[in-house]
Amino acid sequence: MSPFSPQLEARFRELMQRYPARRSALVPMLLYAQDELGWLTPAAVQRIAELLAETELAVREVIGYYSMLRTEPTGKYHVQVCTNISCLLRGGDELYAHCERRLGVGHKQTAADGVFSLEEVECIGACSWAPAVQVNYDFHQELTVEQLDKILDAYAARARGERTDS
Amino acid sequence: MTTPHPLETRVVSRRFDQPDAHTLAGYLASDGFRALEKALAMAPDKVIEEVKASGLRGRGGAGFPTGLKWSFVPKQSPREKYVLCNADESEPGTCKDRLILEYDPFAIIEGMLICGHAIGAHRGYIYIRGEYRYLLDRMEQALAEARAAGYVGKNIRGSGFDFELHAHTGAGAYECGEESALMESLEGKRGIPRLKPPFPAVSGFMGGPTVINNVETLASIPPILLNGGAWFAAFGPPKNGGTRLFCLSGHVERQGVWELPLGFPLRKLIEDLGGGMRNGAKLKAVVPGGSSTPLLPGNVAWDLNLDFDSVAKVGSFLGSGGVVVVDENTCMVRFALRIMQFYRHESCGWCVPCREGTQWLQTSLTRFHNGGGRAADVDLMKEVSENILGRTFCALGDAAAMPTLSILQHWRQEFLDHLAGKPCPFGARTTAGAVGAH
Amino acid sequence: MADPALVHLTVNGQPLQVPAGTLLIEACKQHGIEVPSFCYYPNLSLQAACRMCLVEIEKMPKLQTACTVVVSEGMVVNSDSETVHRARKSAIEFILTNHPLDCPVCDAGGECELQDMTFKYGAEQGRFVEPKRHREEQQWSPVVYFDRPRCILCYRCVRACGEGMDVWALGVANRGINATIIPSHQDHLECEECGNCIDICPVGALTSGAYRYQTRPWEMQHVGAICTFCGDGCKTTLGVRNGEILRGDNRDKSGINGDFLCIKGRYGLDFTRHPERLKQPLARRDGELQPVSWGYALETAAKRWREIQKAQGAIGVIGSTRILNEEAYTLQKFARQVLGTPHLDHHRTADFPALFDALAGRGAESLARLDDLKTAPAVLLVGGDPTPQHPLTAWNLRWGYRQHKTRLYVLNSGDIKLRRQAYRYAQVASLAAAVRYLNGEGEAQSAPLTGVAEPSEKRWPQTPAAEVARLDEGLQDFRARLRQEQDVIIVFSGDIAGDSVRDLVAFGNSLSGQTRYLALADNANARGAADMGLYPDLLPGYVPVAAGQAGLNLEQMLAALPRQGLASLYVVGANPFRSHPVAAGDLKQTFLVVQDLFLTETARQADLVFPALCAYEKAGTVTNTGGQVQPQRRGGGCEGAKSDLEILHRLAAAMGEAAWGAADPDRTLQEIRAQVKGYDLPLAKLLAGEAPLALPLNGRVPRAAADLPLRPHHDTLFTAGTLGRYSATLNSVMEGRADKR
Ligand SMILES: Cc1cc2nc3c(=O)[nH]c(=O)nc-3n(C[C@H](O)[C@H](O)[C@H](O)COP(=O)(O)O)c2cc1C
Ligand code: SF4
Ligand code: FES
Repeated sequence: MSPFSPQLEARFRELMQRYPARRSALVPMLLYAQDELGWLTPAAVQRIAELLAETELAVREVIGYYSMLRTEPTGKYHVQVCTNISCLLRGGDELYAHCERRLGVGHKQTAADGVFSLEEVECIGACSWAPAVQVNYDFHQELTVEQLDKILDAYAARARGERTDS
Repeated sequence: MTTPHPLETRVVSRRFDQPDAHTLAGYLASDGFRALEKALAMAPDKVIEEVKASGLRGRGGAGFPTGLKWSFVPKQSPREKYVLCNADESEPGTCKDRLILEYDPFAIIEGMLICGHAIGAHRGYIYIRGEYRYLLDRMEQALAEARAAGYVGKNIRGSGFDFELHAHTGAGAYECGEESALMESLEGKRGIPRLKPPFPAVSGFMGGPTVINNVETLASIPPILLNGGAWFAAFGPPKNGGTRLFCLSGHVERQGVWELPLGFPLRKLIEDLGGGMRNGAKLKAVVPGGSSTPLLPGNVAWDLNLDFDSVAKVGSFLGSGGVVVVDENTCMVRFALRIMQFYRHESCGWCVPCREGTQWLQTSLTRFHNGGGRAADVDLMKEVSENILGRTFCALGDAAAMPTLSILQHWRQEFLDHLAGKPCPFGARTTAGAVGAH
Repeated sequence: MADPALVHLTVNGQPLQVPAGTLLIEACKQHGIEVPSFCYYPNLSLQAACRMCLVEIEKMPKLQTACTVVVSEGMVVNSDSETVHRARKSAIEFILTNHPLDCPVCDAGGECELQDMTFKYGAEQGRFVEPKRHREEQQWSPVVYFDRPRCILCYRCVRACGEGMDVWALGVANRGINATIIPSHQDHLECEECGNCIDICPVGALTSGAYRYQTRPWEMQHVGAICTFCGDGCKTTLGVRNGEILRGDNRDKSGINGDFLCIKGRYGLDFTRHPERLKQPLARRDGELQPVSWGYALETAAKRWREIQKAQGAIGVIGSTRILNEEAYTLQKFARQVLGTPHLDHHRTADFPALFDALAGRGAESLARLDDLKTAPAVLLVGGDPTPQHPLTAWNLRWGYRQHKTRLYVLNSGDIKLRRQAYRYAQVASLAAAVRYLNGEGEAQSAPLTGVAEPSEKRWPQTPAAEVARLDEGLQDFRARLRQEQDVIIVFSGDIAGDSVRDLVAFGNSLSGQTRYLALADNANARGAADMGLYPDLLPGYVPVAAGQAGLNLEQMLAALPRQGLASLYVVGANPFRSHPVAAGDLKQTFLVVQDLFLTETARQADLVFPALCAYEKAGTVTNTGGQVQPQRRGGGCEGAKSDLEILHRLAAAMGEAAWGAADPDRTLQEIRAQVKGYDLPLAKLLAGEAPLALPLNGRVPRAAADLPLRPHHDTLFTAGTLGRYSATLNSVMEGRADKR
């Protein structure tokens, strides 16, 4: 039984055709699987190994290598604060410290309500718009602490909204 | 979209202010695919000659002459050949490829098609770092349009030339920007670099002859083909052909990415484009080409022209075009630590000096910065860096050692000051040990 | 073939000549110049990860790794400069940064490459003052433990498991300083449990659950013995302390098995210490087996046998496929001369007589050694499943595939793991019919394919994909391609016998070049039992007994029991009643004497039981399935038990054969060398462990009076008859549990 949606399964089938050998699709498949499930569950690992006719060990070796791939859940909004040099010079550290205070969690931790998780990340390619934060895949750049607060407020509100919807 | 600055020479970035250049219609409206048309009418060798004549050197960091690289690909090969675009852009201080992917994705596609024709390849992949998801989406959109209109796939626009092209996402690994590690990653493996030789031009992706170029390098190809190599070369000083994108960040009034002819004075970049030092502070140091390049003291940097040879002459590299400006209020111990934190996190772990050395230096620098330094540490850190330099499997080890050595050399006094208990301008906070703790 | 071109280079001022294509590190080694390394390992893929082997090469800007540079003409190398020494020292210093210096309690202490290198090249004072990163030790299986901080990430274990064993149960997880070796199943290993990863580990990161923390290497004697399990004859070095065998390993790699040992050779030997080992003779009194003295037991046997002889009762003798050559030879002599009976046999698992009959008139050139499989251009494997049954044979086949692109043709009635290395694979309903078809008789349809296998995904990129063709072209294609091969080695198991073996040889003889043959028999000295004449119709060296003089074979002897057809049955190191259960009543008239290590199903029914020593506890020779003769050396002991040779001599004495004298394996070996065709081997080579080939090719061997079906054991990696059942370690690994029979 696949842990993935039929759409994702179809996408995987298409992806595996793109390369001379289907194993090439492994890293994208893992990332897309994570996008759908939130993290790489054992069932996801097993299914992807099966699709590629690889051992689960081979898949796990790859997962451990890439820093975006996770074998544990994160918050609904994963706040990634860059503190690398360009951001460091423009207050990336302050943004990170502020997130720690506001969210009450540290590096790679998830807040109790599951809405936010925090990670200090390496350069995300926003150096000329430093300091920068990525929430899930969305970039927020040239931030002050105040602006970041507003952004986090908006995410928090979205999380609340969605929850009352369901 | 970015509006051009009067001092800019927009070649690669010429469509950055065109709102619809990322659509096929918009691209076609501004010379799109005319270079391809021209190239397909030329013999492959002639295309390579033109690229050689342009003096174009790789924009990914190493600065290898692009035409020469293409010419290394064997004409006949029992194995399929490939063109790869390196859009892993992960070098701290660098954020230029992002703009090309965003505003001019078709230029990359066109550059790859031309390269494919030149070397006899019929398949390519664009390896985009995982964090750039919106750019992956944009590229896939562009590829879909191009495919639908017959610019990608079989018998491109009736020319008889086939080229299959796909975008491919990474998932967070600086080392996957190293060309052979990228190929491993593209084969679905851990991003461990490969032994060289053989070089990719002989045996690359899937063991086939492969050209791998940076986004900006490939995006420079269409204008070079359209206007001629000599035209491009004329923008810069001899052997430093063309223009390139410089990413200015750090303690300047205005950060940004601008396209300038090679040989452009760094001082003018800071003052005229960057609006000068932030808050009028004094310049202390410049990272001239991304975090891997040795830092230059302010006074050396002030008189520097930004071309490959001039920067090499003062002991550093033009690298990836990431210019990071550091002012006098910055703690260089902290700066060295942050750089090392990066390399420790990004070391693939394959070879001993890089894996163990970056860990050693990061823990030493952390302790040192936190006030636990010992007099012996300064020379020891220098020696540890020297023991990494030139002895690692791939260039990441050098990339970690070089900036560290330059900081230890030029700002040794700051280390001694830390020992003497001087207060650190950055305060005691350090995130070291957080990043990378798996 | 002409000598490959030589390349001239200079290392440290010394001119060297080596074949083109040699790696610099090997070129240096060949000329006695040591370039230290951790990650480099001959015949495994190159890593260049540890950076220990850095040397200076003229005209190269940076130090180069000698483990990856191929020599070139005129190359000038310095491996002894100040720069090189500094680089080495720093590599060790880096490796030691996170290495716990727990050498005093580490199993590898005293046999650790890192210790040795640190001593030689190292980093005497530690300059690393940062905290070390401690990690708890992990148990990955009953036999494999992993101590993460000790690991230096040389990736040897990963390659030995993947490239060498084709098991791929070890991998690398995480990145950078967090990189670590991981087992196949998150927190544990599921694999062949061969332990090669432990042997190949240069430090004490991987240690063996069967040995760890028991002793220090220097407290043991290290005795090179031959494994007593399968017929391949691997050398295993016994670690012996106070007469107790504590471990088997293969670190010195001096045997025919090179780097290889399987789980049995390495761990199975703990049966020697099993509490149920027999240590005293037993005699049945009042229906119960009770301990008796050796003198009583020997006298009782002799007395009964003399009575039976006098009454002209039939005596059957069943010999062993695990006893030494000297013992097997003496047993047949005892049976024929002392007991005076022709009823002698052993459990047969390969038809050597048929092979030698078919090869009649041909010499050594038609016999393959196990080693030859490593370089053969093509191999035809008929029947059997070498991976579990003949692990060294399988290792060598994989080696050939990996290093020499051997084309492996597999003809089998099942789906065996070697299909992964197969060039052509035919799964057939009847092996006999398929072999007849190969030999040009009969139709392909008479041996219908029951399945055809695609080679599974290859894990190493150097596999030339073009050579792995589809396998659905049937037997015709299989035969056609084989016919184009030259110098084929034909390997066959006990799944074929008699005329099928003759058909196979006829086919092999029709191929071009020199076809060589290898028959796979199941136990450690199955070949020795055959060569030494444990047959009712063949004397030592496959010499036929006089016409009409053949005795009963094993099946006939067992069949005679319920009919009270044997007055006595003497079973030496065999357990026939396990596969042929015998009711107690059937034995009423039969005086059953059993000589063994344990109270087996057969021994339990005996009237008299002699406790025997096992192969690791005695000296002599054994012959592997390919005919290579190797010395067996005495490792441990077992107080109270005696060697089969000694028991036979004592029985002979008790029976009144004064001339036999005391047991002396050397003297018996002399007799074998003089008496047995093909065993006149050079003694010096034999004792040096060079494993010379016995050549009992002897002209025609008549078909056995009654053709006896072979009964291959079909052992798995984790079973090995009686011995295996008494090995705690073999029984402890989870992979084996499903297989226990
Ligand atoms: C550790 C490391 C990281 C690298 N990262 C990148 C990168 O993110 N993007 C890139 O274009 N080149 C990167 N490179 C350089 C590539 O290896 C390669 O030289 C480049 O893609 C070649 O393209 P070019 O000749 O067009 O510059 C990196 C090199 C190293 C050693
Ligand atoms: S220098 Fe070594 S450990 Fe570092 S990234 Fe390169 S191969 Fe990996
Ligand atoms: S032996 Fe050459 S790098 Fe390890």
